[in-house]
Amino acid sequence: MLYREAGDFKTTYREDGQTFPIRLDRTAYFAILAVAALFVPFVINDYWLNAVLLPFLIYAIAAMGLNILTGYCGQVSLGTGAFMAVGAYACYKLMTAFPDINIAIHIVLSGFITAGVGMLFGLPSLRIKGFYLAVATLAAQFFLVWLFNRVPWFYNYSASGQINAPERTLAGFRITGPETQAWAVYLFCLVFVVASAWICRNLTRGAMGRKWMAIRDMDIAAEIIGVNPLRAKLSAFGVSSFFVGISGALFFSVYLGAVEVGEAFGINKSFLVLFMVIIGGLGSILGSFLGAAFMVLLPVLLKNVLVGGLGWPTDLAAHLEYMIVGGLIIFFLIVEPHGLAQLWRITKEKLRLWPFPH
Amino acid sequence: MKDTAESYVTEDGRTIGEVILDLRGITLRFGGVEAIKNISFDIRKGEIRAIIGPNGAGKSSMLNVISGFYNPQEGEVWFRGERRPPMKPYQVARAGVARTFQNIALFEGMTVLDNIMTGRLNDMSAGLLAQAIWKGKAEREEIENRERAERIIDFLEIQHIRKTPVGRLPYGLKKRVELARALVAEPDLLLLDEPMAGMNVEEKEDMSRYILDVNDELGTTIALIEHDMGVVMDLSDRVVVMDYGRKIGDGTPDEVRGNQEVIDAYLGVAHD
Repeated sequence: MLYREAGDFKTTYREDGQTFPIRLDRTAYFAILAVAALFVPFVINDYWLNAVLLPFLIYAIAAMGLNILTGYCGQVSLGTGAFMAVGAYACYKLMTAFPDINIAIHIVLSGFITAGVGMLFGLPSLRIKGFYLAVATLAAQFFLVWLFNRVPWFYNYSASGQINAPERTLAGFRITGPETQAWAVYLFCLVFVVASAWICRNLTRGAMGRKWMAIRDMDIAAEIIGVNPLRAKLSAFGVSSFFVGISGALFFSVYLGAVEVGEAFGINKSFLVLFMVIIGGLGSILGSFLGAAFMVLLPVLLKNVLVGGLGWPTDLAAHLEYMIVGGLIIFFLIVEPHGLAQLWRITKEKLRLWPFPH
Repeated sequence: MKDTAESYVTEDGRTIGEVILDLRGITLRFGGVEAIKNISFDIRKGEIRAIIGPNGAGKSSMLNVISGFYNPQEGEVWFRGERRPPMKPYQVARAGVARTFQNIALFEGMTVLDNIMTGRLNDMSAGLLAQAIWKGKAEREEIENRERAERIIDFLEIQHIRKTPVGRLPYGLKKRVELARALVAEPDLLLLDEPMAGMNVEEKEDMSRYILDVNDELGTTIALIEHDMGVVMDLSDRVVVMDYGRKIGDGTPDEVRGNQEVIDAYLGVAHD
């Protein structure tokens, strides 16, 4: 009864094309945004920041990026971890080379650099598809990680081979380095997440998104109606890598602070982000958030319940956690192969009719 | 009637003159197989031109040559008075040729509206940045093109399904959506590959009506492949008949019907 579109008439195409056409959705969206921006910063502490909110926000950006490539354009990529590493190392090099420039600018620039690298590694997609392309991106994954490990220039010849984020402030608040202010870091990332989501949504609902989806659904037909497959695929690789790069830069600079490339951006990371996209829902911005939340929050929740609530030993809980998360992934994929976003869509369709069955 | 005639008058009294597409001596080989053997014919502005022939005659290959999917080994394609160099399909599409497919080639994961809007992509030129922030040209183009898409949606009477994902639609409606997607590009030449394949009588009648309306009200030049002889003879102004990659007949439906070679090859002597 509450959730309905009856009586909510659209009189212009602009109104009809908006992101949340149903009034209740719109209200909910702004309510969540208001809570995230105006309430959370006042109650946040270091535990919540580092265990829950930061990984969720940063992975959400990475998942959106991969979703553009895999969910919207249909090009499977297993190189997400490596592209995050490109963002991280680009950010590190920029931060150390130009210490006076604002960190936010460095992070955006890292995104652009990653976009360039992503387009380079996207070139094989013009010739190969599906699993074969996945293998080609796997090559990118291993090559880039190797490169960052072996070429000392990338880690400024440091003895440990690690990169460490120098201390940086934004408007006087410490964002990176030791002793950051939790609320400032949180808001900093929140701005990036909201801006990324807004841009992703705009790109996918317009001409660019239709080109990508046309290539995904039937590339031959897309070419017949006038889509240049080269430009469409490369733009997907570019835009996708841009967001993955930003997430990598944030992951390094504000979240981890110190990175050893093989550990932080290995193949595991690629799979983790791919799982987020698949579980959340391919071809859905909301799905990227749901998938990131699922993969980040569930382990934290399980740990709290098993160790904190039931008092089990930590190692047993850690093993059980793997099993439960793995089992739930399979369960969700069987129940709804199109991901959490599709479950949400079905719920909404039912809600529109509720309480009347027809 | 001869190929070389300057113009002709259709049965309903329209004068058809200007040649829009001229195929000269097209030969297409796949390895040792000659799918099309030295075929020439033209398509004139405003007419409905049918290509018929038994299975494997090379009709679809002919359409694929026109839409740039295959490049013929020999022969010339003249489009709007200029010789067309070998082109990629997307370049042909941008030059003003739209088509539908024998097996529906819609984008199943997208809604009907999005599918139709893909037909307008060639006229949307806003940059990536403008699209990213959804301002200025990007928003303006979206709304303008939406209006054009809605006009075609009205024309083909598919308003009620515009927000439905294409994968959920029944066959007949999918065919109509595909026609809409081709039409919304406002092509100079519309190619229809078996628009009525697999339809029942009622759906065929509907589709025939839409094809005639498109030709009549929008003035679109149409080339179509169809197996249903009744439909072809009723709809088309001129017919090309192919058999084993050769052209065996060309002319108005009446002329083709009277052509002995055509009767032997295709319409069948057994029925007489």
